[in-house]
Amino acid sequence: MNKNIILYAVILIFGLAAPFIFPAFKVQLSILCVLIILAVTWNIQGGEMGYNSFGNILFYGLGMYLCASVQVGMFFPLAEWTESGGEKTFVHTPTQFFQGMAVGLLVAAVVPTIVAGLIGYSILGLRGHYFAICTLGLGVAAGEISGGIEIIGAGQGFTTPPFPNVGGLEARGEFFYFCSFFALVIAFVTIRAIYSTRFKLILNAIRDNEDKAEAMGIETMKYKIIGWMVSAFFCGLAGGIMGGLVGYIDSTDVAFDGREMGVFMVLMAILGGKGTLWGPIIGATVFHIFKEGFWTFFLGWQYVALGVLIVVIVIYFPEGIMGWLREKYPERFGEVVDEADRKAQVELK
Amino acid sequence: MDFMVFQYPMITIQACLDGILLGVLFALIAYGMALQWGVMNIINIAQGDLVILGGYIAYFMYLFGIHPAWGVIVSPFIMYFVGIGIYKLVINKVVDRDLFISILATFGISILFMQLMNFAFGADVVLANSGYGTTFLFDSNVVLPNSKIFSAVVSIVFAICLVIYMKKSKLGRAIRATAQNARAAKILGVDTEKVYAATFGINAALCGVAGALISITFTIHPYMGLPYTIRSFMIVIVAGLGNLPGVALSGMGLGVFEEFADYLLGTEFRIGSVFLLLVLILVYRRFKLSRKREYLK
Repeated sequence: MNKNIILYAVILIFGLAAPFIFPAFKVQLSILCVLIILAVTWNIQGGEMGYNSFGNILFYGLGMYLCASVQVGMFFPLAEWTESGGEKTFVHTPTQFFQGMAVGLLVAAVVPTIVAGLIGYSILGLRGHYFAICTLGLGVAAGEISGGIEIIGAGQGFTTPPFPNVGGLEARGEFFYFCSFFALVIAFVTIRAIYSTRFKLILNAIRDNEDKAEAMGIETMKYKIIGWMVSAFFCGLAGGIMGGLVGYIDSTDVAFDGREMGVFMVLMAILGGKGTLWGPIIGATVFHIFKEGFWTFFLGWQYVALGVLIVVIVIYFPEGIMGWLREKYPERFGEVVDEADRKAQVELK
Repeated sequence: MDFMVFQYPMITIQACLDGILLGVLFALIAYGMALQWGVMNIINIAQGDLVILGGYIAYFMYLFGIHPAWGVIVSPFIMYFVGIGIYKLVINKVVDRDLFISILATFGISILFMQLMNFAFGADVVLANSGYGTTFLFDSNVVLPNSKIFSAVVSIVFAICLVIYMKKSKLGRAIRATAQNARAAKILGVDTEKVYAATFGINAALCGVAGALISITFTIHPYMGLPYTIRSFMIVIVAGLGNLPGVALSGMGLGVFEEFADYLLGTEFRIGSVFLLLVLILVYRRFKLSRKREYLK
């Protein structure tokens, strides 16, 4: 326990100091935080609950649109803003910007949670691959439909309010970094807290055998919906921050980007090892470094690389980094290993 | 939304005919999906991308001056080997694994194909002009391009050929046996590995036919694959595996639905409504089954 506290303190201090140590990578670090949030929250469904969702992107995109709309709509007419495109006919004062951002992030987190609660009962009744395909459909449908709605920019996109002129580019980077970092800290603390309760055991029971869990008297539907709502809360929050960070929202390329972000979150969790607390975090970090390397050196071929990466990870590495570590050093994970048994297994191989 | 549909019956007839002709094509793709789902227990997200690839083969024949309708013959041959290649490289490693693994792996293939096609053929929307002209019905109130009629007829012919092949040939019998019980088939001397490869190849060939027809009738674009996958998935879950008349009917129904959505909601909501319909169908099935305390398996 003592070791853990030191570890967390080191990570926290490193996280707080990171934008000052690596000032050139502020935006990358904020994106990393968002990616970790998405991977960790996906893991609640995919890893712990056994419901492989492609649809968490729905909450992410919803949060993105909501945050930006609230931020604009609180002070200016929304329709005129989107109609003017990138032209700055209206300018937020710093106070307006930060107030709008705060309210926007709140709305961006709360509304997807409510949406998840409302649709949860119908969607989470599906199982296995039907759930996967259904949520895939949900994500794509949301993208296509939001691309047809005039007031949020339709096909031409939605320019989020530009950062007010205080402190310039440096301050912008730091603001968004700390936003995403604190969101990540809240997400991690919450998820760690709920993983240490009975809730996680129930989710695992649902994953292992839902019928038996139900027969044991667990109201599985209730817990599935709560799990999804927790995911939706943080996905929406992450989306709101990401919208401000990117500065431009497009329905299918930024917000409801099932082809990119929607797959990334699945991939990151699997790469790190689904069903573990730290797996998605490690996976997201490794994935982000890898992705940025590819995006820089193989520009244009990144999706080819992504496709190959998905296939390779899924086929040859389905247990992920944590799973591999666990197989290699079972003692570290608190598993008691019988030496003779292990030797016999090695000989068998 | 207005009452156009009721005021102008011709539009209704037009939409229905368009939808039915389109639906036959969807049913062909869906049949391929049902085949591999039933035999190999794999949901292939890359199905739509195979269709688009098949379409590009016909399009290139058109560019080289050959009539694109010959693509219906050439494209399945090429696509058969593409399918075998994909099977040998990826699919054979996911066949007996969790379904989600196969979904994710084929998702990867789909992204890969999408991007490779984008590099190879460019991001333009293209179509192969067949020069078949159009048919006018009801005092030229209803306009039907002959290419659509051609594509529907070809799809039906291919579907019938395939059904007969599955019933009569040795390989077809092996495929059906493997679908029923892979282990028993193996014991009785069926080389299931070969059967799986052939199934995936046949599926890819069907996609090739459908793609060639789509390139003649509609347009093709590297990123248009996913809607075809979703449509075929939807048709299969409505009709059930191995129910060919059901596949044909629900394909036509989907086509008609799409045409009406196009007319009533506007073209920008067309794809969105297809995906939303999928969600609604699944949720409907889920509530219907949950009354008996069952769930979709």
